[in-house]
Amino acid sequence: MKLSLRSSPHQHVRRDTGAVMRLVCYAALPGIAAQVVFFGWGVIVQLILAITTAILAEAAVLLLRKKSLERTLSDYSALLTALLLAISIPPLAPWWVIVIGSVFAIVVVKQLYGGLGYNMFNPAMAAYIMLLISFPVQMTQWLPPQSIAENSASIIDAASVVFTGFTLEGYSIAQLQVNADGVTMATPLDSVKTALLSGQTYSESLNSPMFNGAAGKGWLWVSIAYLVGGLALIKLRVISWHIPGSLLLAVAATSLMFYAVSPDNFASPYFHLVNGSAIIGAFFIATDPVSASTTPRGRMVFGALIGFWIVIIRLFGNYPDAVAFAVVIMNMAVPLIDYYTQPRTYGHSRRSR
Amino acid sequence: MNTLYEAVIERLDQNNLWQFPGGVHPPGQKERSNTQPIQRMSIPEVLYVPVKQHTGVEGDIIVTVGESVLKGQPLTRSSLPFAVPVHAPTSGKITEITPQPSAHPSGVPEMAITLVPDGNDTCAMLKPLSQYQQLPKSTVIEAICDAGISGLGGAGFPTHIKVSPTKPIDFLIINGIECEPYISSDDRLMREHAWQIRQGIDVLNYLIEPKCIIVAVEDNKPQAIEALTIACQDSEHYRVVSVPTVYPAGGEKQLVQVLTGREIPRKGLPADVGCVMFNVGTCYAIADAIFSGKPLTERVVTITGSAIEEPQNVWAMLGTPVLHLLTHAGYLPHKQQEQHVIMGGPMMGFTVTRLTVPVVKITNCLLVPAKNELPAPEDERACIRCGFCADVCPATLLPQQLYWYSKSKEYDNAEEYNLFDCIECGACAYVCPSEIPLVHYYRKAKADIRNLRDEKDKSDKAKARFEARKARLLAEKEAREEKHRLAAQARKQAMEKSDSGAKDKIAAALARAKAKKSQSTENSESPQSTAQEKKAQVQAAVARAKAKKAQTAQNETTSADKKAQVQAAVVRAKAKKAQTAQNETTSADKKPDADTASNNKTSGTQVQDQPEMSDAERQKREKIAQAIARAKARKLNQQNSSGDS
Repeated sequence: MKLSLRSSPHQHVRRDTGAVMRLVCYAALPGIAAQVVFFGWGVIVQLILAITTAILAEAAVLLLRKKSLERTLSDYSALLTALLLAISIPPLAPWWVIVIGSVFAIVVVKQLYGGLGYNMFNPAMAAYIMLLISFPVQMTQWLPPQSIAENSASIIDAASVVFTGFTLEGYSIAQLQVNADGVTMATPLDSVKTALLSGQTYSESLNSPMFNGAAGKGWLWVSIAYLVGGLALIKLRVISWHIPGSLLLAVAATSLMFYAVSPDNFASPYFHLVNGSAIIGAFFIATDPVSASTTPRGRMVFGALIGFWIVIIRLFGNYPDAVAFAVVIMNMAVPLIDYYTQPRTYGHSRRSR
Repeated sequence: MNTLYEAVIERLDQNNLWQFPGGVHPPGQKERSNTQPIQRMSIPEVLYVPVKQHTGVEGDIIVTVGESVLKGQPLTRSSLPFAVPVHAPTSGKITEITPQPSAHPSGVPEMAITLVPDGNDTCAMLKPLSQYQQLPKSTVIEAICDAGISGLGGAGFPTHIKVSPTKPIDFLIINGIECEPYISSDDRLMREHAWQIRQGIDVLNYLIEPKCIIVAVEDNKPQAIEALTIACQDSEHYRVVSVPTVYPAGGEKQLVQVLTGREIPRKGLPADVGCVMFNVGTCYAIADAIFSGKPLTERVVTITGSAIEEPQNVWAMLGTPVLHLLTHAGYLPHKQQEQHVIMGGPMMGFTVTRLTVPVVKITNCLLVPAKNELPAPEDERACIRCGFCADVCPATLLPQQLYWYSKSKEYDNAEEYNLFDCIECGACAYVCPSEIPLVHYYRKAKADIRNLRDEKDKSDKAKARFEARKARLLAEKEAREEKHRLAAQARKQAMEKSDSGAKDKIAAALARAKAKKSQSTENSESPQSTAQEKKAQVQAAVARAKAKKAQTAQNETTSADKKAQVQAAVVRAKAKKAQTAQNETTSADKKPDADTASNNKTSGTQVQDQPEMSDAERQKREKIAQAIARAKARKLNQQNSSGDS
C-alpha cells in the first residue's frame, strides 16, 4: 500500500490569508456606512470604481506574470487595497482619480515589487500620496458632512458628479462645497489649519460653521464607526493592539505636548484624534501586515513613530492630513526597526540586538 | 534569570504559575479515545524490535538467528554509557536480524530483530529490587538501565543518565501534560495507574533527592489530576499541579518555564536550572523495573482519528507493526482520501512510510485522520508578514525571518536569528494564514546546516592535515638545509685550516729546500755528477717534449686512447729511465723539487734531507713519477675527448 507522506504540523487553523483580508473588509463596513450617512453615496461609487479597477489591474498583471488568477485573487488583498484607497479620497472626486490611483496601487506599488508580501510600501497609501501630489485640487475637495443630503441624496446623482463633474441638476462640485451661508467648507483639519494661519486662535477656529450641528458631528461619527470596526479586529485577533495603541497614544502625546505649551496656536489632542484619518489610519492602514514591522516591540516603535509624524506633518506640513505620509515614511524604516527589535529568544541571556 | 526556590514554592502554593510566550489552542479531540480503559491486544504474528529506540547508541546484539527467547529476555546489552538494551516483548524465535523500515519520518531502514512469537508468552525469570532503598544508588540505576528504560515522552533520552544528575536538583518534574491534541495515552495511564506512577516517582526521589517534586498535568485532564492527587496525598513533598491547557505546554523548556519561571539556558540542560523532568510513562516503567523486575517491553499507544472505527488506547508490545494496531482498532481506509498514518500527534507527529513500521519506546499515538479531518495543506501562498507566527512562537523566535532565510538558503542569517532554538512544535505553521509549511523549511535548513558543518569539519580536518604536512616538509627541508649549511661550514673551516697548514708546509718545504741547496753547493761534488745531472735533465726535457708531441699527435688522431696509452707508456718508461739515471746521482733533489711545485701533497714526502735513499724510497719515487705521467696522459685524454665531443 502506498502511504502519502506529509510534514508536521498536520493541523492548521482555518483562517487563511483571504479570510484575514475579508475580515478587515467587514470591519470597515461600519465606517463606510457612516461615511455614506454623512457624505452621501459618493463613497459607494468610489468603492465600486476602485474595486473593479484594482481587480482588473491585478488580473492583468497576473496574466502577464503567468500566475494563478483564482488563487491570487482569492486572497482579497486587491479588494482591501481598493477599499482603503476609496474611503480615503473625497467621495465626489472625478472617476479618473480613483482609477489612476487603483492601478498605481496594484500594478506599481504591489505587483512590480513582486506581489503580495513583497511590497515595501502600503499600496493604498502610496497611491494616495501619488494622487495627492499629482491632483491636489481634486484630492482636497471634501464636501461638508450632509451637504449632499441637502442637495441631492441619490446614488445616481453622486455617480453623475463623479463621472461628469455635475449633479443631475447641474451643480458643480465647487458649488456644492459652498454651504447655504455661502461659506466654503473644507475638512476640519483644513479649516483649523487655515484659521490658525490667518491669526485666529484654536478656540476661535472652532467657531466656524463646520463645527456646528450635525456637520460638526459627522467626522466624529465616522471616526467612531471605524474605531468600532478596529476594536473588533483586535478582538478577533486579526490585528494586534500594538500598532493602533501606540499610534493613537503617540498622536495624543505629541499633540498634547504642543497644546500644553500653547493652547491657542495648536489643536487639542482630542481634535487630532477624532478628526482626519487618525483612527482609520491606526486600525486599518498602519496595520497592513506586509508593510508594517513584524516584531512585537517593532510594532510599538512603528506605530508610535507614525503617530508622531502624523502630528508633526499636520502642524508644520503643507498638507492638512498626514496619515499617508507618516505611514509611507515609516514603511521605509521597517527593515531597520525589525532588525533592532528582535526579541530575546528562550534560553538566551540577552537580545540578539 | 533563575527564579529563587522560595519564590517558586510561594507561587506554586498560590497556584499562580508562570506563562510561556505564545502557544496555540488547537481543538483537543482527546475525548474520542480517553473514555475507554487501556485495552489488551492479541499477540502479533511478528515483531520487529529495533535495536535502537532511544537517543544515544545501540547496545550489542546478544542473540542469534534461530535462537528461542523468553519474554523479557534481553536482546542487546548496554556496553556504552548512552546505550540502552532492548528486550523480547514475548517468547518466540528470532528469525532475522536485518535492517527494517524505521519509526522515523524518513523510514530509513534500521537494524531490527525480527521475532516470531510462539504464542505462549513465556516469561523469563524476573529479578525485582523490592528493597531498593537499602541498595546503593548505582545498583538501582543499573537496574533501570538493564530494564531498557529511556524517556517515553518523545525524546527517548536514556533514563539512567538522567537519574544521576551532576548538579543539585531543586525540582523533580513529572510531565503529565500531554499537550498534543488527540493523544490520551498518558491521560489513561495516569487515571488507571496513578499509584504505580507514584511508586516510580518514589524511586526517582530516592535517586535524585530533589527539594521538591512537581507532578504537572494539564487542566483538561481532571480525572488524571484527581487520581494523582490521591496517589500523592500522603506526602507534602509531592505537589500535583494543574497547568493551563495551551500547546506546547508539555515541551520540556516550556514546562520548566511555566512551573519555575526559569529558562533552560541555550545549549544547556534542565539540570542547569535545578530541574529534571520525566514523563509519567517513564515513571510507570521505572516502577515496573524496580518492583517487578520487568523490563520495558510494552507501552500505551493511542489509536485515534476519524478513519478508526473504535478509537482507544492499547498496551502495545514494542516492535508491533502499525498495521496490527490499526486492525485491532478497526482501520477504515475508505474514509481517507490518501492513505496516511501519523505516528504521534497532529502537531509534531510524522507520517509512517509503511504499515510494517514498529511501535517503539517513544510511540505514543497512531492518528489516522479521515478526509477533511486534517486536510493536506494547499500550496503555500506568499508570506504576508502578518507576524501571527511570531505571536505564537513559544521560543520567542521570529519564524517569519527564519522562513525567508531558510527558503533563500541564507543559512548564516538563519542561524543569527537562532534557527537552532526552534523546537519544531509547529505552532507557527499551525496559525500561518498562507499555509506555509514553516517547520518543514526549518528542518531542511537545519539538516543542510548540519551537513555543511560536517563538510566544513571534514575539510577543516583535511586542511589541518595538509597544513601539518606542509609544515612538516618545510621543517624537514629547513633541518636538511641547516645540516648542509653546517656541514659546508665545517668543510670550509676545515679547508681554511688545511689551506693554512699547507701554506705553512710549503713555506717550510721551501725553507728546507733552500737550506739544502746551500748545503749541496757547499758540498759540491765532481763535475761528472753535474754532467750526469744535466744529462738526466735533458732526458727529462726530451721526454716532456715527446709527451707534448704525443699530445699534439693525439689531438690529430681519432684512436686517441690507444695512442695516448702507448705514448703514456713510453713516457712512463722514459721517465723511469730518467729517474733511474737520476737516482744514480747523489743529489737527485732538483727534479722532484720542480715536481713538487705542481703537487703540494707529494712534495712533503718527496722533499727529503736524507742523502741516501732506501729501496722503498726509490720505488716510491718511481711510482710517483709514473703517477704524474699517468695524470698527464689522462689529462691529455680528457682534453682529447672533450675536443672530440
